[in-house]
Amino acid sequence: MHKVSINFATIIVATVIATTSVFAAGNIVKPEKQNWSFSGLFGTFDRGALQRGFQVYNEVCAACHSARLLHYRNLKEIGFSEAQVKAIAASKEVTDGPNAEGEMFQRPARLSDRLVKPFPNEEAARAGNNGALPPDLTLMTKARVGGADYLHALLVGYKPAPKNMKLGEGMYYNLYFPGQQIAMPPPLVEGGVEYADKTKSTVDQMSRDLTTFLAWAAEPELEWRKRMGVKVILFLLILTGMLYGIKRKVWSDLH
Amino acid sequence: MSNSKFKNPIVAWIDYRLPVFTFLEHELHEYPTPKNLNYWWNFGSLAGIILVIMIVSGIVLAMHYTPHTAFAFDSVERIMRDVNYGWLIRYIHMNGASAFFIVVYIHIFRGLYFGSYKSPREILWILGVAILLCMMATAFLGYVLPWGQMSFWGATVITNLFSAIPIVGDSIVTLLWGGFSVDNPTLNRFFSLHYLMPFVLVGIVVLHIVALHQHGSNNPIGIDIKSPQDTISFHPYYTIKDMFGLGVFLILFFGFVFFAPNFFGEPDNYIEANPLVTPAHIVPEWYFLPFYAILRSFTADALIYLPISWLMSAKLAGVLAMFASILVLFVLPWLDRSPVRSARFRPVYKQFYWLLIIDCVILGICGAKPADAPWTYIAQAATAYYFLHFLVIIPLLSFFEKTRPLPTSISEPVLKGSGNSSIVASAKPMEKA
Amino acid sequence: MASSADTVENGPQQPEEGETRRDFLMLTTGAFGAFGAAAAVWPLVDQMNPAADTLAASTTEVNLAPIKPGQRVLVKWRGKPVFIVRRTPTQIAEAKAVKLAELVDPETDEARTKKAEWLIIVGVCTHLGCIPAGTKQGEVKGEYGGWFCPCHGSHYDTSGRIRKGPAPTNLPVPDYKFLSDNLVKIG
Repeated sequence: MHKVSINFATIIVATVIATTSVFAAGNIVKPEKQNWSFSGLFGTFDRGALQRGFQVYNEVCAACHSARLLHYRNLKEIGFSEAQVKAIAASKEVTDGPNAEGEMFQRPARLSDRLVKPFPNEEAARAGNNGALPPDLTLMTKARVGGADYLHALLVGYKPAPKNMKLGEGMYYNLYFPGQQIAMPPPLVEGGVEYADKTKSTVDQMSRDLTTFLAWAAEPELEWRKRMGVKVILFLLILTGMLYGIKRKVWSDLH
Repeated sequence: MSNSKFKNPIVAWIDYRLPVFTFLEHELHEYPTPKNLNYWWNFGSLAGIILVIMIVSGIVLAMHYTPHTAFAFDSVERIMRDVNYGWLIRYIHMNGASAFFIVVYIHIFRGLYFGSYKSPREILWILGVAILLCMMATAFLGYVLPWGQMSFWGATVITNLFSAIPIVGDSIVTLLWGGFSVDNPTLNRFFSLHYLMPFVLVGIVVLHIVALHQHGSNNPIGIDIKSPQDTISFHPYYTIKDMFGLGVFLILFFGFVFFAPNFFGEPDNYIEANPLVTPAHIVPEWYFLPFYAILRSFTADALIYLPISWLMSAKLAGVLAMFASILVLFVLPWLDRSPVRSARFRPVYKQFYWLLIIDCVILGICGAKPADAPWTYIAQAATAYYFLHFLVIIPLLSFFEKTRPLPTSISEPVLKGSGNSSIVASAKPMEKA
Repeated sequence: MASSADTVENGPQQPEEGETRRDFLMLTTGAFGAFGAAAAVWPLVDQMNPAADTLAASTTEVNLAPIKPGQRVLVKWRGKPVFIVRRTPTQIAEAKAVKLAELVDPETDEARTKKAEWLIIVGVCTHLGCIPAGTKQGEVKGEYGGWFCPCHGSHYDTSGRIRKGPAPTNLPVPDYKFLSDNLVKIG
């Protein structure tokens, strides 16, 4: 068995090397690892960052990007009061209907509505953005390799293009975007939003807040999941320990 | 009835009419099991338990899932966000698929190491390979259901495999799709079949267990049971050992479910399917990677393709090789003629066994890499070695390997060294057992 | 465990004390495991309860202006039919005249309406869930001029109260609010 375990270890090492090197492949620059409030076994979302992040999304990103899997009612989960969320919803118009006359009509959004999309359909979104489609942001941190780290790196990763690089029409240089050319203009500028809690809105600050908000949008269950996880694992550790005790007892008859 | 072995009168009454308790007593309680099974023998029952977990969580998910291209992605996200405990059930099902394959692969490689496929367990082994095939089909069908980018393009690539079949290939693909691309009819039938397959799987698993109980478990020494002293009753010894193993498994499994639920997943599958955009780098789920590497290694200029290039296209060769890599396992009991089961007494086989594992890992790595040099060459070499192992090395070893002497019985302490010939039986005792 | 005794006869006899300790450990582990299994079953049951989006189902607003006196309309609210009736003075008087003692499920008409002119009730028979007839013109209204459930013959009066037949309770009144004289929000 000794030899078996050595061979086994070799295989595990080989697999780990192989999986890590997958990341290094291609023209992708690996984003720097950040220390997020929600990372780690016990991580939770920083409520202040979530609300500021929503503000950035609402005032900057929402002009082009939808977050269609979120409902206004969900915003209560990030610490807004019911009245605040109702006010946020009521400031947007949604199409409803048909009414008794058979006409569609506009009405203020309610808690049960999805976040209003900036464009009614993909074609309209492309037409409004030089043919590029601004992706939906709800699942962004789960839908990109590197997750939240990548998103933050991308948002602050705009730089002047190197001299030898020819950028396409209407494209911007971004170190972290695959291929280094991105159709999205730099979305965040210093002082771009005026935070309700008076936090200084640097590009880095806004990017971190927005990333936190989008990480929540992608995984609203994260805090519940980790809390339940700790309990379940503790329970299983104790139960397994007890089962091991019984196993030792039962088998002691034999040896 | 008075002479029933069951003290409880209700149990005795029922058993007199429907002998379920006698059956359980016989198959789970008294069932004589070799006393020397190690922890590698835990993985069979573990796989059975995961199958149950997958069926239960799957039935629950089907209560909320909508098999329509316009709603599938959103219905999965509704499960994740709005359904009570939906995220937990979905993450269990998602990670359960990976766990199932890990456990079953370990189970298979345990069988390879200790020669569990040899007489009289050939049908047991064949049923096991059938279970693997069935699992693969189920996993593939299920992966399409969330209707993400990887779902869609995985379905497109895999169904297109059948287009390699000469003459009728394209018709078969159209039949599978129910249209001219992977679309709503495809999703609908995949959902139906994904719901059906696990029950087929249960059927084969039952046969697998019937076959197992016919001759009982193999054991690490690989020799037959000689006397009752070699065995212990399944309950309580192995029931408690299996339960302890289950506990360890659940700790690891729920570690992933609660703290890294997307570890085995692909980020692209959180982007809704788009028939007009193929992701830059499509890969199958990890458990298909070695087979994917075999599929891709047959290119027009590949050395391994040259010998059969006059016979078929490289595309067909790749598809056939991929299926052959599993089908070869069906005939393994007849490729390996060595009378000794356990690798413990087969010093040369043991070395090749580990080479095969390394080869499979290399194939898996190649499957994850983009199809460029040098990975294509490595994959081709690894593919060639895979078939070399089963078709050449194993049959040759059966004749040329000098096996180490076997102990006379399981109860006898395992021999140290091979010089002591007085208590050693020559390497034939299990033949025609 | 009796059967295992034959195969382990060469093992040392278990001392009495060890036996009880093992039983104790088994019992606690069994209880602990049973607790875990029960906890694991709960998510599988609870997932069948209404999901968050279902609970947040939107309210229904109804414009009352086109409804004429004596007219009954049916609107859909959370997948269920709601009857909205603009009652005539005779119907109101009829409903108010009923003595509570005569009722199966005693409730005054005042308690069932916010404005006497408007009766708003959920149109699901409290017996076994059919929709009572009487809303559409020409339908049977039952012996008490309200609704008649064709499935099992329950009769409701002009206040939607059960008067005769197998149904146990009155037709329920949903939460609603008059946003203006002509606009009502249900839910």
